[in-house]
Amino acid sequence: MKKNKNTLKEPFVRIVKRDTIKIQYKILIYAIAIVGGLLLSGLISVLFSEKGLGDFFQSVYAGALGSERKFWLLLQNTALLLGTSMALLPAFKMKFWNLGGNGQVLVGCLAAIACMFYLGGKVPDSIIILLMFVTSVAAGAIWATIPAIFKAKFNTNESLFTLMMNYIAQGLVSLCITIWVKSGSGVLVPIAHGNIPDIGNKYLLPIILFVVITVLMYIYLRFSKHGYEISVVGESVNTAKYVGIKVDKVIVRTMLLSGAIAGIVGFVLAGSINHTISTTSANNMGFTGIMVTWLAAFNPLIMILTSFFITFISNGMVEVRKTFMFTNDSISNIVVGIVYFAIIVCPFFINYKLVFRKHEKEEIKK
Amino acid sequence: MDKAVVLQLKNITKKFGTKVIANNNVSLDVYKGEILSILGENGCGKTTLMNMVAGIYYPDSGKILINGEEVVIRSPHDAFDHKIGMIHQHFKLIDIFSAAQNVALGVEGEKFNLKEVNNRIKEMAKRYGFNINLDKKIYEMSVSEKQTVEILKVLYRGADILILDEPTAVLTPQEIRSLFGVLRAMKEDGKSIIIITHKLNEVMEISDRVTVLRKGEHIATVNTSETTEKELTEMMVGEKIDLNIDRTEPVNSKLRLSVSGLTVKSPDGYNVVDNVSFDAFGGEILGIAGIAGSGQKELLEAIAGLSNYQNGTIIYYHPKKDKPVSFFHKTYKRVMELASQNAFKDENGNDIDLTKKSKKEVKELVNQEKVIFKEDETIDLKYKTPKEIRELGIRLSFVPEDRLGMGLVGNMDIIDNMMLRSYRKGKSLFLDRKRPQDLADKIINELQVKTPDTHTAVRKLSGGNVQKVLVGREIAAAPAILMTAYPVRGLDINSSYTIYKLLNEQKQKGVSVIYVGEDLDILMALSDRILVLSGGKVSGIVDARTTTKDEIGLMMVQSNKSEVTE
Repeated sequence: MKKNKNTLKEPFVRIVKRDTIKIQYKILIYAIAIVGGLLLSGLISVLFSEKGLGDFFQSVYAGALGSERKFWLLLQNTALLLGTSMALLPAFKMKFWNLGGNGQVLVGCLAAIACMFYLGGKVPDSIIILLMFVTSVAAGAIWATIPAIFKAKFNTNESLFTLMMNYIAQGLVSLCITIWVKSGSGVLVPIAHGNIPDIGNKYLLPIILFVVITVLMYIYLRFSKHGYEISVVGESVNTAKYVGIKVDKVIVRTMLLSGAIAGIVGFVLAGSINHTISTTSANNMGFTGIMVTWLAAFNPLIMILTSFFITFISNGMVEVRKTFMFTNDSISNIVVGIVYFAIIVCPFFINYKLVFRKHEKEEIKK
Repeated sequence: MDKAVVLQLKNITKKFGTKVIANNNVSLDVYKGEILSILGENGCGKTTLMNMVAGIYYPDSGKILINGEEVVIRSPHDAFDHKIGMIHQHFKLIDIFSAAQNVALGVEGEKFNLKEVNNRIKEMAKRYGFNINLDKKIYEMSVSEKQTVEILKVLYRGADILILDEPTAVLTPQEIRSLFGVLRAMKEDGKSIIIITHKLNEVMEISDRVTVLRKGEHIATVNTSETTEKELTEMMVGEKIDLNIDRTEPVNSKLRLSVSGLTVKSPDGYNVVDNVSFDAFGGEILGIAGIAGSGQKELLEAIAGLSNYQNGTIIYYHPKKDKPVSFFHKTYKRVMELASQNAFKDENGNDIDLTKKSKKEVKELVNQEKVIFKEDETIDLKYKTPKEIRELGIRLSFVPEDRLGMGLVGNMDIIDNMMLRSYRKGKSLFLDRKRPQDLADKIINELQVKTPDTHTAVRKLSGGNVQKVLVGREIAAAPAILMTAYPVRGLDINSSYTIYKLLNEQKQKGVSVIYVGEDLDILMALSDRILVLSGGKVSGIVDARTTTKDEIGLMMVQSNKSEVTE
């Protein structure tokens, strides 16, 4: 019997759900993705320069771990990113899409700098530092709670609201710098007052602080009644109402906490690291932190790994940019984007497998 | 009968992952001009099998033959090319379009000419006995009208093989009758019709042959005239099963809940529950019947404190008669309030007047459990939140319709779901997972929940097991009132009968059970009284022992009709 060949073809590729996957395969998939992503990034970098692929990896390594100072810097940057991500985590667990991490960190920073600027030299540093802490936490918390109240009362879209709050925060910082810097240069020179004393070396304080916060956050989310309420609200508002959880209260309370932690990041940035402020002081961590939390599937302990990895790549790319003599950071951004993308597709390959068409001819013969 | 085979499935196998075998080596034939029922429990692979014929899924192995020729159906479009059309359980219509527009939507290769479309549909409707207003918009339609549009859509595309997935699930008895009339007319016209169902009486009534599936396997295909309901059930379940529901007479039933004039407005501003009044008694099962969306959900949610209702009262009779009052759930103020209403007696049954006693004396008497309620306490539930209701010590359990979206949290494990109701207990900031763990173990044991362990996310359990977890938790709270909304929807026969048994046990314990159901046979076999809702109004409360299906069916559509004539 003669048949139209076309009508008998199986689909070329089908997507089939896996039910379980061995942990080794899971790790393997991630490893392939990371290596693949880096290779692709390397090739793109090589394409745009005279250097080779070897130089690329060498530069990434040198940028991240090349010297003792770079090693400590890597840890410190990781800690700051981790801290910002911890601020986002409880909100995200509640499915409150807080895109305002930058703004919340920045106002925390601004509050601390304001204390340093106005009180420096007039009151003892210890009191300034205490005030800096309190005002930073308060500022971050207020910045996060305003959208939360609107969400709770009027069901406004939290993503847009928090996002807009970033720009207001930036505007506030510009305004303050204009007022504070009489020379008109727009650059605030580091303030010598209210600097948080170093412990061990100058990198250690944020590292210890944010690791402690991470552990506390893990306990809070996993074992406390509040953490449980956050999960229930995040999973299903209807269930929360059904068991009598006051959803509005949980939203506001959680965002208070979220903003407060962002405020602490601002406090550390201002008091321990920069001693000054600019509109980019938050270093875009409010957005990078979103990647950290998502890649770790909202697990605070895995977030330690993801924040380290992301910092590693971006620090490394700074060095690549130098040795490859890229005049701006667009190539770096492309590379980081490719690596993110490679990781993001992993869950797809963990949950599904692709089945390609096979034995096409045999089937037709039958 | 014309015995030409139009559709053949040969050794069809479909797996989801490696563990879930939806269909294993299933073969069946469909003849021209017959009605074939595909019978099986939920999750036995009926719909999956038909989805492969309709191009939604693609089989892992096996062949599909149409009129003797092997075909490959990769998409619903391919299926239409082979004159196969499927009417899914969830309708896929555009709300703001009219019936005719929906029918014409997406038909390729012809100009859109509504007049011509109208004529063709009218001609079809006449031939098969449809009753439809083609200019009516979908959002104005009843479920049965929407279904008619879906069937027309398929016929319009020239389908000769029609597959209907659970077509009667949401219809009233009268609507089912007219649907069956249409199906018979189509059969006479030479169409082949496949009905996916789990309802035995309908299988017996409408189909020529029955194919029984169980756990993805083809068990048998038999002629309807040569089998019985009992035989089919055994094939479906794989074992002998007792389909009797043991209904006892209510004993010493007491008024537990009194709802009067309850009105709930929807966000759009019309009354979803309209002036509803009824009483519910301890020790009885009050069934609630009605077409889907007649206000059943909103009524129960209002009682559970989940919605702000406009009007009416919900009075709860707290079973406190002859029991001492305590400060555990009551403030001193509330106790004195009750005292001024002369609600208490002493241990010897004499009146006791607390109003003349000092605060200290009152507290002492209460703590010594010497102040006893004369009658059940009445509590107005108006504007009380679920939390407040709980804090008053009212044991009101509620199994909502949306199990994973309201009753449980799908992504949480069984333990965490157990403590949804009780996690607040105690002053600690931290959770106590020990007691929920014990409760989870107990429920898994007693109700035979099939789960790898207590740490499995409930969404990974099958529908029956999810429901056992939810009902188990709600019963564990030792309720005085147990409200259940569609508690057996999507459950297999064994799980369904487990649930009926549990409800009957609660009834015998004196609990006031409210059961919202869709299967009238079950409602009539399980309930003591049946309240029928229609368009948010009570169209009647009948004795379940003496009523008929037709009587209830008429009441289900009653006020809808009066609205139309207005």
